[in-house]
Amino acid sequence: MPHSPTDALSHTAALFIELGAVVIGLSVLARLALRIGLTPIPFYLIAGVCFGDGGLHALSRSNEFIRVEAEIGVILLLFMLGLEYTGEELAGGLKRGFRGGMLDGALNFLPGLAFGFLLGWKPLGALLLGGVTWISSSSIIAKVLGDLDRLGNRETPSILSILVLEDLAMAVYLPLVAVLLLGLGVAQGAISIGLALLTVSAVLLLALKFGDRLSNLVAHASSEVVLLSVFGLILVVAGFAQRLQVSAAIGAFLVGLALSGAVAERARELLGPLRDLFAATFFFFVGLGINPSALPAALPAALGLALVGAISKMATGWIAAGWEGIGARGRMRAGLSLVARGEFSVVIAGLGAAVEPRLAPVAAAYVLILAILGPILTRFSDALSQTLENWQEKRQPVATPSDA
Amino acid sequence: MSNITQTTLPGVGVRHEFTTKGGERLGTITHRSGRRDLLIFSAKDPDACSRSVRLEDEDADILADLLGAQSSVQREQDRVRGEIGGLTLDWLPIATEWKCSGVSIADTHIFDETGVAVVAVMRHGEPIPTPDGNFRLRAGDVAIVVGAPEAIQRAQELLQRGVCG
Repeated sequence: MPHSPTDALSHTAALFIELGAVVIGLSVLARLALRIGLTPIPFYLIAGVCFGDGGLHALSRSNEFIRVEAEIGVILLLFMLGLEYTGEELAGGLKRGFRGGMLDGALNFLPGLAFGFLLGWKPLGALLLGGVTWISSSSIIAKVLGDLDRLGNRETPSILSILVLEDLAMAVYLPLVAVLLLGLGVAQGAISIGLALLTVSAVLLLALKFGDRLSNLVAHASSEVVLLSVFGLILVVAGFAQRLQVSAAIGAFLVGLALSGAVAERARELLGPLRDLFAATFFFFVGLGINPSALPAALPAALGLALVGAISKMATGWIAAGWEGIGARGRMRAGLSLVARGEFSVVIAGLGAAVEPRLAPVAAAYVLILAILGPILTRFSDALSQTLENWQEKRQPVATPSDA
Repeated sequence: MSNITQTTLPGVGVRHEFTTKGGERLGTITHRSGRRDLLIFSAKDPDACSRSVRLEDEDADILADLLGAQSSVQREQDRVRGEIGGLTLDWLPIATEWKCSGVSIADTHIFDETGVAVVAVMRHGEPIPTPDGNFRLRAGDVAIVVGAPEAIQRAQELLQRGVCG
């Protein structure tokens, strides 16, 4: 800690330079990623790995600052997600997509959980790994669907409703994990979990019921006022949620849900750039916690998980779109679109650093593989369908000669 | 109008789609931001769009004007025309070179020759209901006539050329 004024000044100078270099580095990576049409998230992770313990160069000055920025990044990620949906959309999505959501959970959470146990991890570590393999990346998927002009496609509502259900499932999963991470006894843990879930439901109901009033309260002609009030509100609610052991992120998610209409639109505009800044830092920060020497060991597990995860998501989308009467090509598109994992898997992995040191490297490699593979598979799903159709046609006369 | 289906796209907006009389599927997405997408569904794969055109607020307004203006004129005509049993109500704007301009309704022999009745005349935007036989038609008037569709055809010829086939 600096004591004299000159020390403080030089400390600030060093902090600025280090932080600025990090942010510039991230911007270069984002440029590269976007140039080749990929999400920058995995690149931020890799950058983090390079500058963490055992990396190329350790960041000594800005570490603490980056940690706080990263925490805010998670909160803003969840807030913006809550902002995406209106209460009615969530309620409607829950009704229509419940079956799909359950299927999604069963097919994608359980393999991760089983894998965790197979690797000999503690139950909590396995539970977190299940979360990592479960949740698709809504930001990657929404972006890819938009880029490929597939928002109008008929399988798209099936995809989106699964994403909505996953986000709602997070509202239960994250508080649950938050309580388990405290390592309380069974009885006390059960009480805490019950309390946490009760709080979430109560706040959710309040948010839906009084969201309009909150929106009116926050609304103002000046962008500055809206920015400050929304950002302040998010931090305060997140802080209280954390204190109630509900997980700060879910508090922010609920604030996002509560805001609606014109205010939600303004908030999206104003806080979007903040989210981009802090979330990039968050992904970088998760990378910082990963020792590069742990990655080779994590790679086989991550590859296996990625293979299983891609197939299970593909199956989820295929079946869910089939329920809606979508044709084979649409079902293929739905399945492959869902393969991408991203921000959520990283958020969950970030929670478990203390519980299972191997979780973060495995999750990082897993996200790296699927965040890149998912959009590529999505892009070429029609070509893949075409190949399969051709192949089937070739086989058809041989397989069923009686039809000819 | 009844075959429009509406689907909520959580986090995006609302999609509407319908099948045209020609059997093609068209749709729109109204994004929350106000942006609109015009969708043309693929004939080969009914679940996919073969084309999606992005329309900003202004573009959507222009398109709506182009499509809406025509259809509202059409609707006005449809509303006025052909709604009285087998009879048609029609508007005949009288031009300067028409033979009937300056002639009284009785002298055009429109009713005797074709059976079409002039039920009203619009002059300078003002309606003159049930004009009698002595009422002189002038260029710029719009004669509002009732009769069988083919009779109205002949009445128009009569007013225009003084004779009808």
